[in-house]
Amino acid sequence: MILTVTLGSGVAVAGKSDYLMPDAVPAPKDNQTTVERVQLGKALFFDPRLSSSNWISCATCHNPALGWSDGLATALGHEMHKLARATPTILNTGFNKFQFWDGRARTLEEQAVGPIQAAGEMNQDMGELIGELNIIDGYKVLFEAAYPGEGISEETIGKALAAFQRTVVTTESTFDLWAKGDEGAISPSAKRGFELFEGKGRCVICHSGFNFTDDGFHNLGLKEDVPDMGRYNIRKVAVLRGAFKTPTLRDVTLTAPYMHNGMYNTLEEVVDHYDRGGDVKEHLSPNMEPLGLTQQERADLVAFMESLDSIEPLSTTIPHLPQ
Amino acid sequence: MKKLILGASLLSLLMVSISVMAVEYVVAQKGKAFVENGQVIESLTLAVGDSIRFVNEDPFFHNIFSLSDLSTFDLGSFPQGDSRSITFDEAGSMEVECAIHPEMYMEVTIK
Repeated sequence: MILTVTLGSGVAVAGKSDYLMPDAVPAPKDNQTTVERVQLGKALFFDPRLSSSNWISCATCHNPALGWSDGLATALGHEMHKLARATPTILNTGFNKFQFWDGRARTLEEQAVGPIQAAGEMNQDMGELIGELNIIDGYKVLFEAAYPGEGISEETIGKALAAFQRTVVTTESTFDLWAKGDEGAISPSAKRGFELFEGKGRCVICHSGFNFTDDGFHNLGLKEDVPDMGRYNIRKVAVLRGAFKTPTLRDVTLTAPYMHNGMYNTLEEVVDHYDRGGDVKEHLSPNMEPLGLTQQERADLVAFMESLDSIEPLSTTIPHLPQ
Repeated sequence: MKKLILGASLLSLLMVSISVMAVEYVVAQKGKAFVENGQVIESLTLAVGDSIRFVNEDPFFHNIFSLSDLSTFDLGSFPQGDSRSITFDEAGSMEVECAIHPEMYMEVTIK
């Protein structure tokens, strides 16, 4: 059975329709979203046996109680190894055209098996994992139901995790209600913030469209003791030195700290950073420049971003793991 | 002497002909897509010696580049209204992208 993840975008008023979520999360032809695939992917997502220590699951860092992230500046992995980058939320990653902060994976299927095998993260040998899953009867049943005849493999593990991640989506926000014509849905401050977002604040240059991202890569001029080259490690083009993927702004208050290195704890700090036009000018995105925002305008931008939060954020149940 | 003059004239004529035959294609960056003659394109076939002038029509920077095996180039970042040109002088195929917006991608075949 094909499962369509519907989001109920409704009808938009003119001029704001670009910001409304589509009706469904796209999935590749060879991994259409089904109930069975999501069920399997959910079990894998919450299962610490996917790590070599049998202690870290995907949900350890992508914790649904913390905006599907971890609330830390940068992630902790295998043997409490501190990673260089913040854990990105997996909310709405089903819409992303590039995965990871540096975009090194094009698909969720490819992305999902990366952290499992990364030495600093879950540190798992894929061959060993497949062997371990193959002696768990419950998993054999789930894999056969989800991917009949395909067996347990790196490919089917990645597909199942991707299928589950495509169900992790933000829900309707007060901004969405306003975009559909409910004038009272958001505050005057949030409305002014939206005008600034599209105008003087220049935010929409990168945070564009319904998921508030251009799927692009930008150097924001963050201060770092050891500069992270980001996307430049993937594509050796000068403008990509220190550039990272634009994250979504939906449910943004649930996913602090902010930036690829988690250096800001509040949205106010983030807005101040952009108002300064970034701090490190070397390799700075050409789209960055000082904004000259007043205190009220900075507050309005924060009010606008707060209006992008889901009115009822996605909740989930923790599955009983196959034995 | 006459032969020399005649030879030089023919050579000049030939060079002018080649110059006249080379085509400059204009490819816009619009809505984060490559657009030629109003149509979004993902591929373009041209001849050795032809060039593409990339014109940014979006209200933000683009940065066109190629890291293809055939050859590499980086036209740098340029804003709305600006353009950058590149001449293709070797047969083969190249992937051309925007570094900032990598979903912008086109295949250029040079014959």
